[in-house]
Amino acid sequence: MRTKSAACFFVLSAALLLSMTGVASAGEASAAVASNFTKPMREIAAGFERKTGHKVVLSFGSTGKLYAQIHNGAPFDLFLAADNQAPARLESEGHGVAGSRFTYAIGRLVLWSARPGYVDQNGEVLQKGDFRHIAIANPKTAPYGAAARQVLEKMGLWAGIRPHIVQGENIAQTYQFIASGNAELGFIALSQIRDAGRAEGSRWDLPRELHDPIEQDVVLLQRGRDNPAARELLAYLQSDEARAIIASYGYDLK
Amino acid sequence: MTFADLDLTPVWLTLRLAATATLVLLVVGTPLAWWLARTTSWLKQPVAAVVALPLVLPPTVLGFYLLVMLGPHGPIGGLTQALGLGTLPFTFAGLVVASVLYSLPFVVQPLQNAFEAAGTRPLEVAATLRASAWDRFFTVAVPLARPGFLTATVLGFAHTVGEFGVVLMIGGNIPGKTQVLSVAIYDHVEALEYGQAHLYAAGMLAFSFLVLLVLYLTNKRIQERQR
Repeated sequence: MRTKSAACFFVLSAALLLSMTGVASAGEASAAVASNFTKPMREIAAGFERKTGHKVVLSFGSTGKLYAQIHNGAPFDLFLAADNQAPARLESEGHGVAGSRFTYAIGRLVLWSARPGYVDQNGEVLQKGDFRHIAIANPKTAPYGAAARQVLEKMGLWAGIRPHIVQGENIAQTYQFIASGNAELGFIALSQIRDAGRAEGSRWDLPRELHDPIEQDVVLLQRGRDNPAARELLAYLQSDEARAIIASYGYDLK
Repeated sequence: MTFADLDLTPVWLTLRLAATATLVLLVVGTPLAWWLARTTSWLKQPVAAVVALPLVLPPTVLGFYLLVMLGPHGPIGGLTQALGLGTLPFTFAGLVVASVLYSLPFVVQPLQNAFEAAGTRPLEVAATLRASAWDRFFTVAVPLARPGFLTATVLGFAHTVGEFGVVLMIGGNIPGKTQVLSVAIYDHVEALEYGQAHLYAAGMLAFSFLVLLVLYLTNKRIQERQR
């Protein structure tokens, strides 16, 4: 009886060991991703997992928050930011791997309302200003918020509209303020309304010259330096498959 | 970065919000706690459970429901609009409503416990002396429940000061209107302005500790006097 259970134990642990090495060879990459890139990144990760057998773990948040977390030792292999400053800063501070940075997408800003026919194609709705609340992401921490502020400043409307501004903590919350109707309109990322089912309402795709390009950079972090899965995911972001997905959400590509 | 350079707007706003919410909570919470302490109705347990919900629900649930319900397409938002009040999210009044809901158990439960601890006997005695119901409540029940009122006031106030998730979800982060201290701290941390964040955070920590210390010391003294 004892030998039988011992044999059983041996077989079980061998199986367990085998399955563990199986997992290890497939590998796992963790990525911190800016909120505006949530949908495309999920799609890209799914494609990458299908293709390589690696597993991808995604965490979403605002660029500022993710930066602070990584700066304080958060366990991520990759950082897909909504700007090019946070990755550059991480690299210069030694948290990012030197030379691994590149622009994976260039964001497009839109003025959007959940009401059909409310937002026109010239931004006259902004000049009229007959709304109670206009939502933008926090310009201090969110790149899309900073771009929204630039647009309003360039149109000479910032001072007048300011009392009506409500700030989302990130671009996802800004979307929620508008979608729930609590803010009549607001500035969000084109990628947020490009995906199916969210296309209702009215929108104005802002001309590129109204704000600095929202270059979104990715950087390999020190934790991912020797992780093959992380390096493969980084390379996959520049593959034709990934670029097609990114473009389909309305981003420009470099 | 010193205290002198610090923008005090969020501090005053937070104190104003906490004071307003506490006042509303005492007015609403006292009769509710009284009813809960006295009733034998089958509704007692369900109502007590609803009052306790904010203790266990994440603020995101409350914030999300408030945003939807108080919004222009929500039932309460429809009502406030029909009354010509507009919608509540992104306003100080909206934050008061949210804070009252969020801090409700912190006011109602200590009051209910205090009313229950006093028992019915003093009230019955007062009744035999022909004190009216109102009289019995204000001259017997309330003075006996004094420690409960103190605890309820302090906890209601302090808990509102410490509120974050709900305010973040329905506040819109407007300086001077809805940007309370906890949100301002979060903002500074996100913007990597750790100097300001540290000052606000340290102030908040000291304030919370002092409030609780004073509460416990006072309650100890009251108990000793009653013994």
